[in-house]
Amino acid sequence: MTKHLLSIDDLGRDGIEEILELTKSFAEVSARRIPKVPALRGKNIAWLFYEDSTRTRLSFETAAKRLSADTMNFSVSSSSVNKGESLRDTCLTITAMGVDAIVVRHRSAGVPWQITKWVDASVINAGDGWHEHPTQALLDCFTIQQRFGSLEGRHVAIVGDIKHSRVARSNLAAFTALGAEVTLVAPQTLLPPSLEGWNCKVSHDLDAVLPTVDVAYMLRMQLERQKQALVPTLREYTAGYGLTEQRLDNLGSETMIMHPGPMNRGVEIAPSAADDPRAVITNQVANGVSVRMAVLFLLLGSGGDLGTLPEPESVQPDDGDAR
Amino acid sequence: MAERERRMSPPYGGVFVARTTVMSAGDIDRAIWRMAHEIIEHNHGLENLVVVGLQTGGVPISERITAALAEISGAEVPSGTIDVALHRDDIGLRPVMPEEATEIPGDLNQRIVVLVDDVLFTGRTIRAALDALHDFGRPKSVQLAVMVDRGHRELPIRPDYVGKNIPTRRDEVVNVTLTGVELGEMKK
Repeated sequence: MTKHLLSIDDLGRDGIEEILELTKSFAEVSARRIPKVPALRGKNIAWLFYEDSTRTRLSFETAAKRLSADTMNFSVSSSSVNKGESLRDTCLTITAMGVDAIVVRHRSAGVPWQITKWVDASVINAGDGWHEHPTQALLDCFTIQQRFGSLEGRHVAIVGDIKHSRVARSNLAAFTALGAEVTLVAPQTLLPPSLEGWNCKVSHDLDAVLPTVDVAYMLRMQLERQKQALVPTLREYTAGYGLTEQRLDNLGSETMIMHPGPMNRGVEIAPSAADDPRAVITNQVANGVSVRMAVLFLLLGSGGDLGTLPEPESVQPDDGDAR
Repeated sequence: MAERERRMSPPYGGVFVARTTVMSAGDIDRAIWRMAHEIIEHNHGLENLVVVGLQTGGVPISERITAALAEISGAEVPSGTIDVALHRDDIGLRPVMPEEATEIPGDLNQRIVVLVDDVLFTGRTIRAALDALHDFGRPKSVQLAVMVDRGHRELPIRPDYVGKNIPTRRDEVVNVTLTGVELGEMKK
């Protein structure tokens, strides 16, 4: 395990499975009457969110608190960034106060990588531009694994605005790493210009794909980007690519309906689909906290980075037994 | 020590090499029955009692003690398991990973909790367990049963029920299984 969590590709199948395995322990902690353990006492985590976020930030915040870490809230709109401070200076300033991890979201791809070159702290990517959102992919894998036991051989359709979606990129990488088959369903205008090197199928016919899938993963229609007229009208988009009430009957009885949130009810997902018993959207949110606990613990608490271990002589065996 | 932690701790990839056998399977069996009787005697019965095994070494012994208690009293005895990794005081100093399930039956308010572990050494695992138990309620009392007390305590903790006291050197390793207790070293 490395010091940072920047992308799904860095983890590989083993890394993903390690985090999912560890997540089970933290899901148990989350279910306790007092869901708090002292594992990260004294660690300081800073949120560096240059883009709006409710669930990711609150989810990380909850995860950190359940591990007893301290958190520094940093809101770009009310900070020195408005006075023209550069990203690098902001990072150096907050690390000078002593932080062990920086959780960053930024509208530009690659910002988390850049920050790792400036600071000693662990850096966690909470979304960079259209590029990656690794903790979302991990929590989605955990949610699917909870239901099906494994992703091996499962068929997942990722439906909607693939082009602007970091969730789609991270999830495609994670799902295929764990052995699932992925079909992207979107109009041509909402696909990236080139899909070279993407390990997936592509379809423009949602009705043909839906009956064959184990998971229907609906992406948010990014309404703020509709000025570019990538779809003629939202109604037309919904008719072609929304999970409408009629399409619900088309789904298998075991098919999972997923959405990373925030939902545009009535656009990419009908209200009745979001509230359908097959929808696991609130499970995704709950699992998000457990997955983020696992990530924070793995990077900050587990001592899994072998480079920092004390020399063998100075380590006291702590337990008597040798199992 | 759990398998994964052992893999990640020095000497990396070391294996346990036994020097002597200090308890046989029969000795372990007799110690379990004796401790079960002592638990009943000490608590004047089994009312409100719950047995909790420490992951991972304490669990097989905890299961045997629970079964013995049930057989002696003729009634079910509630039991659970606890993984204390996240409450350890050496997090960050060495690899610590939660490994196995924590399953506590109901809340622990006003219960008598008997913690069960295989080896009592520095006492730090038990301190972590006492801390972890708090999250499940406020027990009336907490008692400690261990198969082997090997000394070298670093905290003011003592066992209530002991299978066997075995004087050891610090660098020795005590290996407890249900088929016997061995004394030896970790070797590469």
